[in-house]
This record gives sequence, C-alpha cells and structure tokens, in this order.
Amino acid sequence: MHQLSYIDNGLNATNQYQKRSIKKIRLIGLISGLLILSVLVDIATGPGNFPLTTVLDVIWDKTSHGIKLEVIIWDYRMPVALTALVVGAMLGMAGALMQTILNNPLAEPFTLGISSAASFGAALAIVMGVGLAPNVGSLLVTVNAFIFALCTCAVLLGMTRIKGVGTQTIVLFGIAIFFAFNALLAMMEYSASETQLQRIVFWMLGSLGRASWQQLSMGSLMMVIVLPFCMSRTWRLTALRLGDESAISMGVDVKRLRIEILICISLLAATAVAFVGIIGFVGLVGPHIARMLVGEDQRYFLPLSAMLGATMLSITSIVSKTLTPGIIYPVGIITALIGVPVFLIIIIRNSKERFE
Amino acid sequence: MSLVLDNLNVNYGSNEVLKNASIKSLNTGSFTCLLGPNAAGKSTLFKAIAGLVKPSSGSIILNDVDISTLSRKERAKKIAYLPQSFHSNVSLTVFESILLSLKHQSAWRVKQTDLLQVSTILEQLSISALADRDICDLSGGQQQMVAMARILVRSPEVILLDEPTSALDLHYQLSILSAVKELTVTKKIITVAALHDLNLAAKFCDQLALLSDGRIKTQGEPEDVLGLSVLAEAYKVTTSLELTSGGYLYVDAQLAG
Repeated sequence: MHQLSYIDNGLNATNQYQKRSIKKIRLIGLISGLLILSVLVDIATGPGNFPLTTVLDVIWDKTSHGIKLEVIIWDYRMPVALTALVVGAMLGMAGALMQTILNNPLAEPFTLGISSAASFGAALAIVMGVGLAPNVGSLLVTVNAFIFALCTCAVLLGMTRIKGVGTQTIVLFGIAIFFAFNALLAMMEYSASETQLQRIVFWMLGSLGRASWQQLSMGSLMMVIVLPFCMSRTWRLTALRLGDESAISMGVDVKRLRIEILICISLLAATAVAFVGIIGFVGLVGPHIARMLVGEDQRYFLPLSAMLGATMLSITSIVSKTLTPGIIYPVGIITALIGVPVFLIIIIRNSKERFE
Repeated sequence: MSLVLDNLNVNYGSNEVLKNASIKSLNTGSFTCLLGPNAAGKSTLFKAIAGLVKPSSGSIILNDVDISTLSRKERAKKIAYLPQSFHSNVSLTVFESILLSLKHQSAWRVKQTDLLQVSTILEQLSISALADRDICDLSGGQQQMVAMARILVRSPEVILLDEPTSALDLHYQLSILSAVKELTVTKKIITVAALHDLNLAAKFCDQLALLSDGRIKTQGEPEDVLGLSVLAEAYKVTTSLELTSGGYLYVDAQLAG
C-alpha cells in the first residue's frame, strides 16, 4: 500500500512538471505568433495603410503589386519592422542575461550606463567630429557609439576580475558610469551648436528611422552567434541563480561563465544601441514579463525574454506611427512611457518582499 | 573508500583560518558531525573540501586520490556541498530546482529517468506536496529541505552539510537527519555535517570531530568525545553526560563559571 502511494506521488510530481513544460512551450509558440502578426501589421502600417493580404503578397512576390509597393514595403517598411524585431530581441536577451549574471532584477544595458556611454560616444562624433576608429566615413556616429558601449562593458568585465568584488558592487559601478557619462554628455550638449544639439537629441531619442538592410544583417548575424552560445549554457545560468556557492559546488565555473556572458551582453547591447540609439526599458520589461510567465528555467526564460523584447518594440513601432496621423514618434519615447509604470511595479513588488 | 584531511591550511589574506587541520579516515556509510564554536573554521573546512576556497597547503585525499588533481566536474560529481546560506529569490519550482541539480552539466533534454530520480527524492524527504511550488514562496525550513533534496539527488560519494537543520523545526530536524543517516548507509556515502546541537550529534552521528581555533582538537565516537574537557573548553561551558533509558547519550551543558 505504501509502495503504491509512493509511486502515485512520484508520478503526480512528474506529470505536473511535464504539464508545466508543455504549457511553457505553448506560450512561447503563442508569443511567436503574436510577434509575426505584429511585424506584419508594422509593415502594413504607415502614412498609407495596406491590407495584410497585400503585404503578404508583396513579401512573397516583390513585383505582385507594382514597383511603388515594392519600394515602400521592401526598401522602407521591412527594414524598419525587422530592425524593431532584431533590436528588441537583442535588448530583451541582453537584459535577461544581465539580470541573471548580476542577480539583480533591475540590471539592463540602460540602467548600467552602457547606453549613456554610447550616447556620449555619439555626441563626441557629432559635436567634435572625433572618432575612435579611422576611416569609417558616414558611420562615424554609429561606430563611436558602438566602441563606447563596448568599452563600458569591458570596464564592467574588468570589475568582475577584481578579487572580492561582488555582483552588487558591479551594479553600483554601472550606476556610477551612468551618471558620469550623463554629466559628460551634458557638457557636450552645452558646447554644441543648435544643429548639433538637434542631432544629439534625435539620436538619443532612439529611432527605427535609421534602419537599413545592411544594419539589419549585422544585427541578425550577432543574434545568430550569441543566441546558440547562450542557449548551450542555460542549465549553468539557471544554477547561477541559486547562488554562487551552490553553483560552484555543482561544478559550474562561475567566473568564466560570467565573463563569457558579459561578452555576449556587450556585443548585443553595443550593436543595438549603435543602430537605433537609446531605447530604454525593453531590456527591463521583456525579461520581467518572461519571468512572471515561465519562471527562471533559462531554457524558456532566455528565448521568451528575447521574443517579448521583440514583440514590445514591434508593437511600439506600430504605436509610434498611429498615435498622431502623419507623425512618426521616435520609439524610445514610447518604450519609456510603457516602461516607467512597469519599473514602478517591480520596485513596489521588491519592497513588499523585503518587508514580509 | 575514505576521506582524509592532512594538515590543511587555509588563509583569507593574512587571516589564518585553518591551521594544520587533519581528519583521520572517514569511511563510506559513516555520518560524522563537525563540532565547534562559531568562527572556528567549519564553513571554511567544508569550502576547502568542496573546492570553493583553495588551501595554501595540505591535502584532501578521497579514495587515495588527492582531490586537487581532479577536474572541477569530477570533483562536483563526487562531492556535494550544502552551504549555510541557501536562501534564493529565484523563480523556479521545487521540482525544477532539484532537476537542475541533476542536469546542470549535461544535455539540454530531460530524460524520463531524470524525472523519476527527482520524484523519488521528493518522496524520500516527504516533500512531494511542494513539487509544484516556487522556491521563493517557501518558508526557510521548506527551502532547507529542498536544498537537501538538491544535494541528495546527485548521489555523490561525499556530502558536506553546513548547519543543515538551522532553519528547521524539531519534526523536520529529526526527519532530515534520519533521511540523511539512512541514505548515508544505504548509498554508502561519506557524510559530514556541522551541527550545533550536541544531543542531535550524539543521536545520529557515528563520529564527532571538534574544530576549534582552526585545528581539529579531537576526533572519535560520540561517547569518547562528548565527555572530554577539550569540548567544554572549546564552547566555554561545563558539560555532564548521561545515558538515557532509550540508550542515547544526553549532554547537559551549563555556562562555565
């Protein structure tokens, strides 16, 4: 009798786990569907709206509806819609990875100063014409932003190598970087001419308007490299969330894992910010919703964070075009408007946990 | 199979925490309690065996092999360590967290045998009812039980438990120590646990080792160690020893004059 109940309970726990896993896979499928739909609507939306069937026709056969639609959809709208998808996925993934390795739900490229460093790099190029890489021509602003973001990540990476420096110290250091670069940026803005100031502000607002097939392919390539690399480390990343001591005793090389993942974050964040400017909160909100939906088994958490980041930016892109007819708002403004209330919810939830 | 610590020294900067600490052969199926006052170096000793801190000199021999020669993965396979601080705010279910302990080194897919192992350990520790709950929603004691399950499911050769009963009520203290004792014997494990309760140590452990001021002062069977003046001196108490009608040793401790 005891043996029977033993088997029953065991089967019950196993069934519960399997049901949960299937539910998570279904959810990821559902979000994928939503993402595809959102990208199609994004392509269909603009100064002239097209039916989804027309959009699908033109994607399938470029010339099916004439040269005008081919140019609008293939040359203008698809790069923008797909950039929203790729950059959103990059930011969602970078945020999720950062929160995991730093054990802090508020960590993301924006809050840890990487975006501020990129802004300063861009401003330096706009105001002083100073570039860190030679012979980059019209890409001076983008390359400068990329290099500054990458250097900031390298500094954060260097911090992890210092003995006795914990994850909280790295987060605090990131916040200090955020303020330092913002001060430098303000100084740069103060000495800028009216035209230069306009360019800096426009760059910082975060816009998908600069999207091109060339940038899109570079961003996609980055995702193709980073995503499988991180997915092959999902068990170890989940183990890290149980605390460093537990992870080490399970055989995880915690230091090496942090460095590898921080390099991935650097590449994702620096590429995203260099292409579209500052888009805050996607890296914060995407992983937070993913955590609420599927928990922190990184096999589900990482891809879902990326998908939710992509969906969020894609929907934002649609909203930015439809809010006021004839005006396309920079997406950075819209994401921040959605992000702020979510940010507040996280803070309130955390303080509740602390007082319980 | 046995575990031996030979003249182990560990320093944190200029602070010498372990000073030539030596433990004589601990055999398979034995449950040893590491006694010692706070800050005696118990956690450091566990961390040194588990590979979390590097000894400055001395050796740890498992099965005639110096474990410093083992790779990180090999060491983790043989030695499981439950840290003193196990609280986590991670959003994982109890089942997932135990499964993680099995899967962290291996393939992406979960096999049916993995699931069976997890459900078996949940049952052995009588925590099947918690399987689908998030760890962060559990009480301290429940989290401690789950942390124990994560250790035991790995079927290691050596288990190191740093104060495994600190957050548990009396029922769970007895239940967990009984389960550990049973698994130690049936699965032929070498178990070392740091406990503060001398009576629990006397009841469940085959051997006691006293660590004080970074050195192992004595090691032996409970009836030989508990009456020693060195134990009373280490804790700054006076002790008297009785044999209860149930055949267990009972230690009565009073603050020293």
